[in-house]
Amino acid sequence: METVIFFLFAALAIGSGIVVVTHRSPIYATLSLVLTLFSMAVLFVLLGAPFVGVLQILVYAGAIVVLFLFVIMLLNVQKEEDAHVDRGVQLWIAILGALTFLGMFWLAFWRTGLRIGGPAPAPLTEDLVSLKGLATALFTDYLLPFEIVGLLLLVAVIGATVAARRPDSETVRPDDDYVGDHVIAEDPGAGPVLPREARS
Amino acid sequence: MSAGTADFVASLVKYGLMFGIFINVAPIMNWVERRACAYIQDRPGPNRLGPAGLFQPLADALKFMFKEDITPALADKPLYLLAPVLALLPAFTTFVVIPFGPDLLVNGRTVPLVVANVATGVLLFLAISSLGVYSLVMAGYASNNKFSLLGAVRASAQLISYELALTLAVLAVLIPVGSFRLGDIVAYQQAHHLWNFIPQFIGFMVFLIASFAETNRLPFDLPEAESELVAGFHTEYGAMRFALFFQAEYTNMAALSALGVTLFFGGWTLPFVHLSGWLGAAVGLATLLAKIGICMAVFVWIRWTFPRFRYDQLMRLGWKVLLPLAILNLIVVAAMTLAGWL
Amino acid sequence: MSVPISWYLLLSAVLFAIGAIGALTRRNGISIFLSVELMLNAGNLTLIAYARQWNDHTGQLIVFFVMAVAAAEAAVGLALFIAIFRQRRTIDVNRLNLLQG
Repeated sequence: METVIFFLFAALAIGSGIVVVTHRSPIYATLSLVLTLFSMAVLFVLLGAPFVGVLQILVYAGAIVVLFLFVIMLLNVQKEEDAHVDRGVQLWIAILGALTFLGMFWLAFWRTGLRIGGPAPAPLTEDLVSLKGLATALFTDYLLPFEIVGLLLLVAVIGATVAARRPDSETVRPDDDYVGDHVIAEDPGAGPVLPREARS
Repeated sequence: MSAGTADFVASLVKYGLMFGIFINVAPIMNWVERRACAYIQDRPGPNRLGPAGLFQPLADALKFMFKEDITPALADKPLYLLAPVLALLPAFTTFVVIPFGPDLLVNGRTVPLVVANVATGVLLFLAISSLGVYSLVMAGYASNNKFSLLGAVRASAQLISYELALTLAVLAVLIPVGSFRLGDIVAYQQAHHLWNFIPQFIGFMVFLIASFAETNRLPFDLPEAESELVAGFHTEYGAMRFALFFQAEYTNMAALSALGVTLFFGGWTLPFVHLSGWLGAAVGLATLLAKIGICMAVFVWIRWTFPRFRYDQLMRLGWKVLLPLAILNLIVVAAMTLAGWL
Repeated sequence: MSVPISWYLLLSAVLFAIGAIGALTRRNGISIFLSVELMLNAGNLTLIAYARQWNDHTGQLIVFFVMAVAAAEAAVGLALFIAIFRQRRTIDVNRLNLLQG
């Protein structure tokens, strides 16, 4: 049963992952990322981490990816235009890089003594699955990282608010010189219009 | 029958029961909504079909089925067709964590009256319901219509904004209980002879307001907003596809009402009533449904009483009022729990 | 029947490689971002798999931190894209050559 679920969702994750990186429409790529995240969440549950799996859906799929969609629709990001650099070289170097990564990972996994077709892991323990153990570790041994992450999120919120702030019209004007062959909007000052609060 | 098979069959039966109840929410609410709005606006409302117009939902359903199904020529076909179906999926999944009665003894086996008695309970509810926004966004984007796209943009911003306040309000309820299981929350309220909405009044108000925004109901129905966006994300949808959105909206309302009732109003329990066995189960289910019904009535009442918010007002309320209030509530509840007052 | 942990590790390595190819070849800023998210998730899967193998919480905790960092990264990154889009009307990274001299 577990094997069937694993292969089903592993295939789903890889398939939708390929769509994420190859589809030219950003909306489709984002939506298939949701599918990948969902399959990963199922795998997390299989691995005895139901809390992380649910958080994955709640935080990643429920909030972060919605933010992506929001920005895509706000900026009206279209399909990628045709390349004006040599794509072939870039693609081959990228594949080479990815294969290098793959090899490195494989070496690392090999050195930890795990083999394909190795024995199944020990049965799940209550301690690994329970929320209590996770929470206790989080708020005792890992309290400092936890606080730092909280601080990081605060910094990110402030940073995002500042970065996305609409520049006041008298201070900054878009430098149209760099726009190149793109169509310049009629009113350069008018960015995507949304009330101030919506842009954080 | 092995233990695993028995549990599976029991879950299937329980899910079938809940599904049967929740699928009837939309037709019933269709009638209630139209009659109630007519009453509030001092007009008769639909009263021709059957006694007091009770057969009106049937007529509506027939109309939806026989209407022509139109797909806009320039729509993004796959997403356009997928969106209404995806709207229903989370709506019919979230209620699996809602308990609806005391533990039942069947053939010497204890059966908890909740479809999925998982440790992550409330979190699972919130996680699945947060996926509902994708159908709105897909519908709005795929329709290839400016109004729909605006509706989708509004929906995505509104839902992630209010989800924060909603989640924080729910979290405050969990702190004194110390469990994500909704059954434990009900048991906690029963043991303390006090429904949570009294000690957690601020959290309850935040939850109530945020749940209006989460279900796209007036006064926060900006993704639809008939008067400015025509119908927002479902402008281009007609016939059965629109009916699916309609069904999803009411099912979501019912599921969120069930969550609210369980968190703040004792769930399936009644004060000073302790029944067990099949009678207890029946009374528990009836109590839960009655409480959900009252919540739905409040939804309808609010909808036909308040005007719609402006978009900037909506965002200001979400980020500058509800979110700080929810955080404050969380801190106060945590401090009170530490001090042993809750 | 339990699945050996090595299969999960292989899956995560493959997903990481797919994400890496995407991050290195796409020109649309948002798509690069999506590929990076995919790589982060592949890393998460490895952590969870090892947590299962050694019966230790730590892997799951690190995933929790990764998620928080990913959320922060997404917020700041998307805000930057909005700012860039306002200036340049594009988020094609090949056109963002202001520093190219």
